[in-house]
Amino acid sequence: MSETAFEPGVPSPHMHDPHLHPPANAAKDAPSWELLSTCVHCGLCLNHCPTYKVLSNEMDSPRGRIYQVLQVNEGKMPLGETFVQHIDRCLGCVACEIACPSGVKYGRIVERARAQIEQGYKRPLIQRVLRNFFYNKVIPNFRTLSFVAKLMRFYQRSGMQTLVRKSGLLKLMGVADLDKLSPQIDKEFFFSEIGKVFPAIGAKRGKVAFVAGCINNVAFSHLNRATVNVLTQNGIEVHIPEGQGCCGALHAHAGLREEARALARHNINIFLGADYDAIVTNAAGCGSNMKEYDDLLENDPAYLGRAKEFKAKMKDVTEYLAGIGLVAPKRKIGQRVAYQDPCHLANAQRIRTQPRELLAAIGCELVELPHSDQCCGSAGVYNVAQNELSMKILEKKMEDVTSVSSDMLATANVGCMIQLRAGVQQRGLTLPVKHVMELLDEAYGGN
Amino acid sequence: MDSSIIRQLRKIAGKEAVLDRPEELMLYEYDAGVDKHRPGAVVFAQSTQQVSQVMKLASDKKIPVVPRGAGTGLSGGAIARREAIVLSLARMNKILEIDVPNQRAVVQPGVVNLELSNATTKFGYYYAPDPSSQKACTIGGNVAENSGGPHTLALGVTVNHVTGLEVVLPDGKVIELGGKAQDSTGLDLTGFFVGSEGTMGVVTRITVKLTKLPEHVTTLLAIYNTVEDAANTVVAITQSGVTPAALEMLDGWMVRCVEANVHAGYPEDAAAVLLIELEGMRETVNEQAEAVSAVCMQQKAREVRHAKDEKQRQLLWLGRKTAFGAVGRVSPSYYTQDGVIPRTKVPYTLAEIERISKHYGLIIGNVFHAGDGNLHPLILFDSRDPKQTENSRKAAKEIMACCLKFGGSITGEHGVGLEKMGLMTAMFTEDDLEVMVRLRNAFNPESILNPQKMIPDLHFCREITGPLPKAKFEPVAGLPV
Ligand SMILES: Cc1cc2nc3c(=O)[nH]c(=O)nc-3n(C[C@H](O)[C@H](O)[C@H](O)COP(=O)(O)OP(=O)(O)OC[C@H]3O[C@@H](n4cnc5c(N)ncnc54)[C@H](O)[C@@H]3O)c2cc1C
Ligand code: SF4
Ligand code: SF4
Repeated sequence: MSETAFEPGVPSPHMHDPHLHPPANAAKDAPSWELLSTCVHCGLCLNHCPTYKVLSNEMDSPRGRIYQVLQVNEGKMPLGETFVQHIDRCLGCVACEIACPSGVKYGRIVERARAQIEQGYKRPLIQRVLRNFFYNKVIPNFRTLSFVAKLMRFYQRSGMQTLVRKSGLLKLMGVADLDKLSPQIDKEFFFSEIGKVFPAIGAKRGKVAFVAGCINNVAFSHLNRATVNVLTQNGIEVHIPEGQGCCGALHAHAGLREEARALARHNINIFLGADYDAIVTNAAGCGSNMKEYDDLLENDPAYLGRAKEFKAKMKDVTEYLAGIGLVAPKRKIGQRVAYQDPCHLANAQRIRTQPRELLAAIGCELVELPHSDQCCGSAGVYNVAQNELSMKILEKKMEDVTSVSSDMLATANVGCMIQLRAGVQQRGLTLPVKHVMELLDEAYGGN
Repeated sequence: MDSSIIRQLRKIAGKEAVLDRPEELMLYEYDAGVDKHRPGAVVFAQSTQQVSQVMKLASDKKIPVVPRGAGTGLSGGAIARREAIVLSLARMNKILEIDVPNQRAVVQPGVVNLELSNATTKFGYYYAPDPSSQKACTIGGNVAENSGGPHTLALGVTVNHVTGLEVVLPDGKVIELGGKAQDSTGLDLTGFFVGSEGTMGVVTRITVKLTKLPEHVTTLLAIYNTVEDAANTVVAITQSGVTPAALEMLDGWMVRCVEANVHAGYPEDAAAVLLIELEGMRETVNEQAEAVSAVCMQQKAREVRHAKDEKQRQLLWLGRKTAFGAVGRVSPSYYTQDGVIPRTKVPYTLAEIERISKHYGLIIGNVFHAGDGNLHPLILFDSRDPKQTENSRKAAKEIMACCLKFGGSITGEHGVGLEKMGLMTAMFTEDDLEVMVRLRNAFNPESILNPQKMIPDLHFCREITGPLPKAKFEPVAGLPV
């Protein structure tokens, strides 16, 4: 042990002291010292982190991840497999930001660390091919997305899925859990609605632009229709601007910041094209990402101002509706509902009370779910990429779900819905899992 | 670390439960304090039996072992050196029993403090010791440090709430101390083990008291224009005969930091505030609240506010409990002090700290358990500046010297650990330390467990059989001996 350690009252250099060690690994998007230096390594965030709760090791805690980012920046740790593994394991749920007294912007740190990985680390070939196909070909291009979705729909409906599931082939390939997590593809996609305007019903109270999302178009078109219906029933004129694209959330979370920036610029052009009161989404992940467009474009003077303007208008649909107040619903939903907070709503956007207010307003009896603000393990594509850990996190969530008695589970993000449904199915429960907007839609008589 | 040791550790705990690669060990080189050092291996125990096997192996091979909970310690207690094994208890995190009729709970050491309270409130009980780090620190760590918190003023620190322990001794032997009963027969070894900072044995199971939730709780916020008035109030309140459940003080600088974090309505222009909590039967609480408000006003409080609802009360406490961390918003580096002084000396000590702060030109924020006289001055500095770093160290020494001068102590609750071992000689006589060494040697004769922590490791410790030779201690510069 070093000598100084024994001298009374000698503070050894603070753990974050990159002044002394300028970043050795200065990738373009590497996290800055200002971002990292707010962490005082107090550890108060540990027990709020779902991966730490499952694994109980520092490497998979927020404090530990920040420390690793620092070490990589200072060139004391290689930008290698270990680092990538622990950063990959982060859900990006930012529960740590809520726990942190020091105001550490962990979400920004991890997105930059991921960019650093994308820019400076070579993943194994198979991962690269899959990631490239998914992020660059499928998601941003609605035509390819539509095609892939049709293939999946064929697989699901032709009886092939049943056959394959029965055959045990999936288990053999080790992807049985993954199969459960693939969303059910819709009969009719939502793409046909893009470009349309839906007039307000009754007295007009506002005019919004609706973000249709990417996966929502092919697997949750019902939810999108429900959202539009609830808005129009509330006197809102809903525009679904033509030309809109994927918001780039999955890209930003994966460290593909350039791709995310391109998508952000595109959407800013489209959505700021007309004078809307707000830009609304029903996907918490998209919303939280779109509220960060100004961070993404911080070094783009041509767009920064407009990114801020965009951010000011960006609203989660529950936030928007709670803000203007609901028109009296046609009927009350008299059921006991346990609400699971999506991380990207509760933690990233600090929206907790609004969805609950809406549920109460349509007559639901709210059942408080213990640890409702703890991640279910869905986290974008996490449940696919980190399947094993994700399932352990889901296991904890389901223990809480079964500890209360309710008629249904409600949440406000499709990723969470898919994950929770898998959890419900795994436990052989019959609990329906619904989006807040679907329940509101029922209260307004459906569309 | 020798690969055959790693192999044997893996055999005991499983492959995944042992870390030995530098990239992983690096994550165990810190706790929440200032010292850092990388261990030789980390092993995660899942059962008492595994702990016992690890200890047996370690004593056979004479390898030092350092227990670790959540690593929120502030005195380097969980830091290990290169040839040592860190034994993490974080995975032993089950609440084994909640015995409501007997007001006891039995827990594994890795249970997080707040989780125990969360699990028992539905029965109308909670676990009273509430260190500010309670949402992360483990009960095992609390036992080792004899942790206190804002609410230990009336209810006592960890030692007052632990009735039984299962402990693994350095040679792997498992012993039971105490139990569910209040008083143990024979020597009170439970009390002795609490606060031993992991130098006597590894705690693997803990029986704790559960405290009934009070019928009524009120929190007052007294606001002052001078630090001195606030300090005088602390003395006056305790003299008035009321013992608040908590009596905390924040100086104006801390108030501004905290308010930026929680937005609880702390007045940003105050020179100091007192956070006073009263609990018990509704009527008594209301009477006490009036009495305490009157004392505050007599002592020139500008205003006394009552938390208007439970939400605001929680927010005020959140602010207090996250105060250290909130400093990270304004200063890249800070050095947390932990000293104790007699309550009556609070005004003098604060004046002295003010002088030290001016002398070195460093901001020193004060947040502390005023009722206990347990100070936590936070010295802010910029580690880029060697002069400031040096001065922060000097200022710390002067503050500790001041605590000792007023008849206080060098640690209230954060422990001696690695950080303050050198100060032990300033606080204790040779004879005092001799006895401590002998006691430790009864349990941990070869200093296998947490060596070189808490009790200065004198060369002769290992061979004590007869009377101790007199040790020579070097006085620490700047400290009265
Ligand atoms: C923001 C902040 C606020 C704090 N506030 C307070 C406060 O109000 N009051 C207070 O008292 N402390 C406080 N602390 C200090 C710290 O949280 C406590 O000392 C806590 O008890 C440490 O618990 P831990 O699980 O993190 O232990 P660690 O830091 O992991 O270990 C601490 C010591 O305990 C030993 N140890 C751990 N587990 C065991 C075991 N099972 N058997 C034997 N030895 C063991 C270790 O070897 C080490 O010496 C604070 C710390 C921070 C960062
Ligand atoms: S709570 Fe914040 S400051 Fe403390 S270790 Fe976690 S991220 Fe760092
Ligand atoms: S974002 Fe979530 S998973 Fe990642 S470190 Fe923070 S709390 Fe843990």
